This record gives sequence, C-alpha cells and structure tokens, in this order.
Amino acid sequence: MPGPTRGFVGKRRPDRSHALPPGQYDVGRDFPVLTAEATPRLDPDRWRLTVNGLVANPHSWTWQDLHLLPQSEYRGDIHCVTTWSKFDTSFGGVSVDLLLDAVDPLPNAAFVLATSTTGYTTNLPLEHLRNNKAWIVWSHEGKPLPREHGGPVRLLVPHLYFWKSAKWVTELTLLEHDKQGFWERNGYHDLGDPWLEQRYQGD
Amino acid sequence: MTEQLAPTGAWRSATVAHIDHPISHGVRLRLDVPDRIDHLPGQHYVIRLTAEDGYVAQRSYSVASPPSDPQLEFYIERLDDGEVSTFLADEVRVGDELQVRGPIGGWFVWRGDVPIVGIGGGSGVVPFVSMLRHGLATGTSELLRLAVSARTLADLPYADELVDTGALIALSREPYFSREAARLTSEELAGLPGSTSPTYFVCGSPAFSRGIVDQLVDAGVPADMIRVESFGPSG
Repeated sequence: MPGPTRGFVGKRRPDRSHALPPGQYDVGRDFPVLTAEATPRLDPDRWRLTVNGLVANPHSWTWQDLHLLPQSEYRGDIHCVTTWSKFDTSFGGVSVDLLLDAVDPLPNAAFVLATSTTGYTTNLPLEHLRNNKAWIVWSHEGKPLPREHGGPVRLLVPHLYFWKSAKWVTELTLLEHDKQGFWERNGYHDLGDPWLEQRYQGD
Repeated sequence: MTEQLAPTGAWRSATVAHIDHPISHGVRLRLDVPDRIDHLPGQHYVIRLTAEDGYVAQRSYSVASPPSDPQLEFYIERLDDGEVSTFLADEVRVGDELQVRGPIGGWFVWRGDVPIVGIGGGSGVVPFVSMLRHGLATGTSELLRLAVSARTLADLPYADELVDTGALIALSREPYFSREAARLTSEELAGLPGSTSPTYFVCGSPAFSRGIVDQLVDAGVPADMIRVESFGPSG
C-alpha cells in the first residue's frame, strides 16, 4: 500500500454512529442523478416487467398487475460507486422474491441479467436478488419515483453499488453463467459489494 | 447500447509535474504517470487521497489530455464544500505524489473514427478537450462538432482552445460578440451536426445534461444516439 498523501487530513469523515462502506461519504439530503443515457419518458400503461430465461413459468406483469401484489418498503442506506452514500432513505414497491416464486427458477439458474427499456443492462448473482434483498420500486419517500431516478419503476438492490439497481427495468433474465452488463463490460465489478469496495474488475 | 472494450488501468503513483489555476475556481494538474495505460479521449481516472490515519477519499475526473500527450492532464473544478477538489486546488504542490487509477469507462469515448457532436457545460467541457486535442493530433478534428456553455467566458475552462477551434460558445450571463446572453438554444443545437446521424455526447451537471437531452429528444434525435456523462456511472 502506498503511504499517505502529503497534507491531506479529510474533512468529510463519517459520523461514527452510522456505518459507511470504505471510500464512501455521506451525501446528506442530496440524491445525485447519474445516467449514461437519455432519460426515457416511459408510459406505465405500455410498460411490462418480464422474468424469463431459466424458469419454469416465464411471466410478464403489467403496471397494474404489480400494484395488486403485496407491497413492501425498503428503508435504509444506498451507496453509489462514485463515492456518495445516502442514509436512511425509503423506496416502495414489491419484493423480487414474489416474482421469482411465481416463475419458479430452474435449479441451474445462478445469475440474472437485468435489462432496462433503454437497453441498459447489469448482471447480478441470483442469490443477491433473493431473501428480501431486492425490490421492484415505484415510490421514493412516499412519492412517485421521479423520472430521473428511474421512474416510473426501477430495480432496487441496496446492498450493492447503485448501478446494479437498474433504472426503467423491464426484464430479468435468469442464466446459468454470468453475462456482463453495461458498466461491467466497461471495467466495473461483476458483484459490486460496497463493503468489500468492489468498484472495478479485479477489486 | 453496444460498444467495443476500452482500456482499463490499475492504481499508479503519479507525480505532480505542473499546476496552474487558469480560472479562479479551478485547478489544472499535469501528472507524470509511470507505466501508464493509454486512455481513449473521454475516459476518466480516479484520484485517491489518503490521510495519515488511513482515511481515504476519492473522486473521478475526466482526462483533458489526448492519449499522445506524455503527461496526464486534469481540470478540476473547486467546490467550496468539496473534500477532494479543495485539497487538489489549494494544497497540492509540484512534486507531490498522488494515487491514481485509470483509465476507466468505455461508453463516453471517441476514437476519432465517427462523426460526433459534443455539448459541454462548465467543467463538462473537459472530456471534449481531450477529444479535440486528439482530433487535432490525428487529423480527425473535422468529425467533431462542439458546443460549450458557461455563465461567462471567464468561467469557461479551456476557453482559448475552444474558441480557436471554432466551438459554438454559449454564455448565459453575458453577450458573446453578436450573441445575446442565453443558454444553448434548440436552433443552435440543430445547426451543430456536420454530417447526418452523428452521435451526441452531453457532459455537464445533471441539470445541464437533462435540459440538453430533452432539447435533443424534442428535436427528433433518437435516444440511442445520445450519450450522457454527469459525474460517473449510474446511481
């Protein structure tokens, strides 16, 4: 490990009462908007969420179908690879567990490729979408999810860096082997665990 | 969204070779980076600062220099409440070592091979400066059309180079020759392309980028021909 940077003290040290992953800072009340693409104008009435690939019963849900499922909320922290973290924020929608239960994943399904209406993709191990760790969300702090934050609907996987939480998600494809998504092909980590600081390939 | 793979580099110890403050709220750093992996114009680096007790802060910055430049150049806007930018702008001296990692990012890049339109706001001009210098160095600058926006000419990083090479200069708080003070207009954006179906690259604050993208989409530019860089990957 290289030594310290001459003269650097740091003035955004985290509040010790709240755990912050390594290399992250508390962004406070801000919610930065980061995107690589034009923000789409998505019509919920024409949007579908499809779960397919290695499943016994591939299925598509409409906006209304999803709203008829039991809803749940995530309240906690989110972490962006650009080094901001946002504490104690809330998102509402449905647990991905409900969708996976409905499609019945085959035994050899081990990875998921999430695809957005824009063509954006990101890859995750299937186990990181199960057991109440991932949601399809359409509200933030009790209000409709804004367009620039992925509204009307996005994937939420808050225990991983936030690029895994694909905005405008429309498809979850279960796969046997990991298939890299957009940022992952461009040098970012396949898992992206902020506590292990898995920012880039090789971390 | 398909793209070829771009180069990615690991951590290096860089030495600060040159520092200046071309505008009041920004610093330009030129670094010597041993065993550097050449970047593509538009890629960025992470700069990491480490305190005596091991506390770390790091941020991403676009490269301003072209791949042919033996040094790496960064322009960093000094944010008053910024932890890394204030240190880089106020404390760093020539000869200091900085930990850097890069190049990173394979989406917001130009290889000098296809026509593009670059639209930058404030410090969002930096990746386009790398593209512009690369275009001039390789004889491909005619493929690149640029429009840049700032409050005043004194606020515009790399104003001299951008003016000299014919970028459209849009100042929102002062007139520029016969142009009234205004943000980039849809008419100006429509007049930019030098060929049919260029790819549009938009870089600036999230608010700037969103405004420009909305104007482009309203003008009929297909969304898949627009690439946006605000402050890094999705979040």
